[in-house]
This record gives sequence, C-alpha cells and structure tokens, in this order.
Amino acid sequence: MTLIAFDALTCVRGGRALFEGLSFALEQGGAALVTGPNGVGKSSLIRLAAGLLFPAAGRITGDVPRALLTDQASLDEELPLVRALAFWARLDRAADNVAAALDALALSDLADIPIRLLSTGQRRRAAIARVMASRAPLWLLDEPANGLDTAALRLLETAIATHRASGGAVLVASHTPIALPDAAAIDLSEHLPLLERAV
Amino acid sequence: MSSALAILIARDLRRAWIGGGALLPVAFFLLVAILFPFAIGPDAKLLARVGGGVLWAAALLAALIPIERLVAPDMASGVIDQLLTRGQSAATIAFAKLIAHWLAFAPPILLAALPAAALLDLSTETLVRVEIGLLIGTPGLAALALATGALVAGLRGAGAIAGLLLLPLAVPLLIFGAGSLEGGVGALKLLAAVSLMLVAGAPFVAGAAIRAGLD
Repeated sequence: MTLIAFDALTCVRGGRALFEGLSFALEQGGAALVTGPNGVGKSSLIRLAAGLLFPAAGRITGDVPRALLTDQASLDEELPLVRALAFWARLDRAADNVAAALDALALSDLADIPIRLLSTGQRRRAAIARVMASRAPLWLLDEPANGLDTAALRLLETAIATHRASGGAVLVASHTPIALPDAAAIDLSEHLPLLERAV
Repeated sequence: MSSALAILIARDLRRAWIGGGALLPVAFFLLVAILFPFAIGPDAKLLARVGGGVLWAAALLAALIPIERLVAPDMASGVIDQLLTRGQSAATIAFAKLIAHWLAFAPPILLAALPAAALLDLSTETLVRVEIGLLIGTPGLAALALATGALVAGLRGAGAIAGLLLLPLAVPLLIFGAGSLEGGVGALKLLAAVSLMLVAGAPFVAGAAIRAGLD
C-alpha cells in the first residue's frame, strides 16, 4: 500500500522556486532519505508532506496519519516529560504508548523531569518519543540526528527499523549520515529549477 | 473530534493559569478602577454616575493584556504545526483557544467587578447591570483578543499593534455595554448580537491568520 506519493512536485518559497519535478512514492515498510546542500528545500519538502505548505505545482496523494519531527520539540516546557508526551498521545488516542516510547529512547529515568530542564539531546529524544508514541504510519523526520550522541543515534535507527518492520514508512531529511537500509535516495540538488541548473 | 477539543481547551486553560497569567488582566482591571477615583476626585455622586462606564473601559483595557500569549507562543514552539499535521483544522484550534481564553478571562473579571464596584460606590442595581452586560460582552471581547492575537503573532512590537487593532473593533461592545447601564433591554440585545457575531467570526479569522503565518 502506498502511504504517500508526490507527483511532479514544485515548491516555491518566498517567490523563489526551490525544486521542481519531484516524484516519488513511499510504500509500507519503505524509507526515503532526502539529501542536498543547505537551503535546497529539505525542510520545505518535509512540511509539504505534513500538509503545512502547499505545492506550487504537482500533487501529493495519500491521507494516512503523519507524525512530524522538526527542530522544535513542541512539548510544554513546564510539564514533566511523561505528561508533556501524554498530551500528544491522548490527542492521537495512543495514551498507552508513552511508556514504551520513553523506554525505547532510554528516557524512562527522566519521566518526571520538566521539559525546560532537559538538555538539547534529551529534548530531541523526547521529540522522537512523541513521534514513536503517535501510532502514525508515516513518520516525517526533519534532521532527526541533530543533537543526538552516538548511542542515541543507534536508538533512533532501531526505532525507525522497528517502525518499518511493522508496516510504517519514514521520510527523513538529513545532512548527517543515518543508517536507513534500502532507503530510496532523494537528492534535491538534482531537482533544482531549470534556470538555476543552467547557471 | 469533540474529545480533541476538550483536550486542547484543558491544555490552554492550564497554561493560562500557570505563573498567574490569568490573574494579570484582573489586576489590571482593578488598577484602572482604582485610578479613576484618584483622577476624578472623591465625589461619590459623580463616581457612581460614571462608575459603570469606567468598569466597561477597564474590562476593555484588561482584554489587551493576554493577547500576546494566546497564539504566538504555540506558533513559535511548533505546537500549531503539530496540531495541523494531525488533521485538526486551524479554525478548530482557534475555537478551542477561544473557549479556553473566555474561561480564563471572564469569570475572574466578573468577580473583580465586585470590589471595583465598591471602590466606585456603584449602586447594587448598576452593579447587576454591569455584571449582566459583562457576561454577555466578554465572549465578544475574548473573540476579538484571540483574532487579534493570531493576526499579530510573529510581528515585532505585537503588543502595541494589537491594542491599535483591538480597541477600535471593540467600540460597539463598549457602546452597547455602557448603553445597557441605562436600563434598556434593547442595548443588551444589541450587545448580545455584536458579541455573537464576534464569537462566530473570530475562529475563522484567527484560523486564516494562523494558516497565513505558516509560510
């Protein structure tokens, strides 16, 4: 089953075309790794997939629930970690998933610590735990490896592998290496607008 | 869907109360009510005559205080992005925020009107009219605050612009609210009509502003 498909997508931000003619599809268990230099539109592609931006041309099909990871954890600063995650999990009707997600990212010991006291890497892991707990089949991860140490990166890779094994798919934008076996590679610098390719 | 609405309202209410955020408008309301006797002088008759209008003006000014924390923090922290990704419409998010804001804003103002009325030496009759008027008018004030908060979210100097946007739009509420003090039911009906119109329109205005702010 196809979870999301992009058809001849063109993205325009601030009056400037970032990429054009981008087509790909993600099947169950699939993964795609978006690469390209800074400013090429990796984050915009993730936001397009999340429905937060609209394409200037082309079509996005597929309406399965999505879980989005950006550089903001979007967890309430004053709440203990477990309660901050429970807010999103309740919205996703997945309240029982929180404990398992905390465990998978080695955050169980921090469950009662307020978000504002967490370090950058811990926040990142907390945000990944939010994605894990969501039960959404499609994960959209924007630079998921930012701020993670080697051990945490392994935890993330394991989480992605488990998610794919259970029929989920991931779309990852990253400029740092991350293990994604059999991932389709999307190099956005190959989809630059014609005008810029000529220069 | 309705349970999602309840979850969103509960979160906004909790956040309104942490750090005493919901008490600030009340303190401001009382402060304005206290300042008037100092400015006008201790003429009890005069104070009693203008007091009802003073409370309405105080409520209007108090409505400005929470504007900047209604929408902007959730846009900056990515919470709005997360909600939209989950398929919640921007108007639903705004509607939940409207209800939560009214619940955090109106009851404390209605309560604070009691000591304020005592300070201004208002008659019981006037106080009852003010309370009824505020009960009908505060949903409209809350709706204006929310729509304004969404429109100015992310702007520099948002607070000052918000005041310039909100106060002129709140003039009908002030006219009919203060008009109802004369005892006419007609003014109350017009107040209710204005308030209803603002409540019905604000979620869509705020929702559109939130959507426009995404890019």
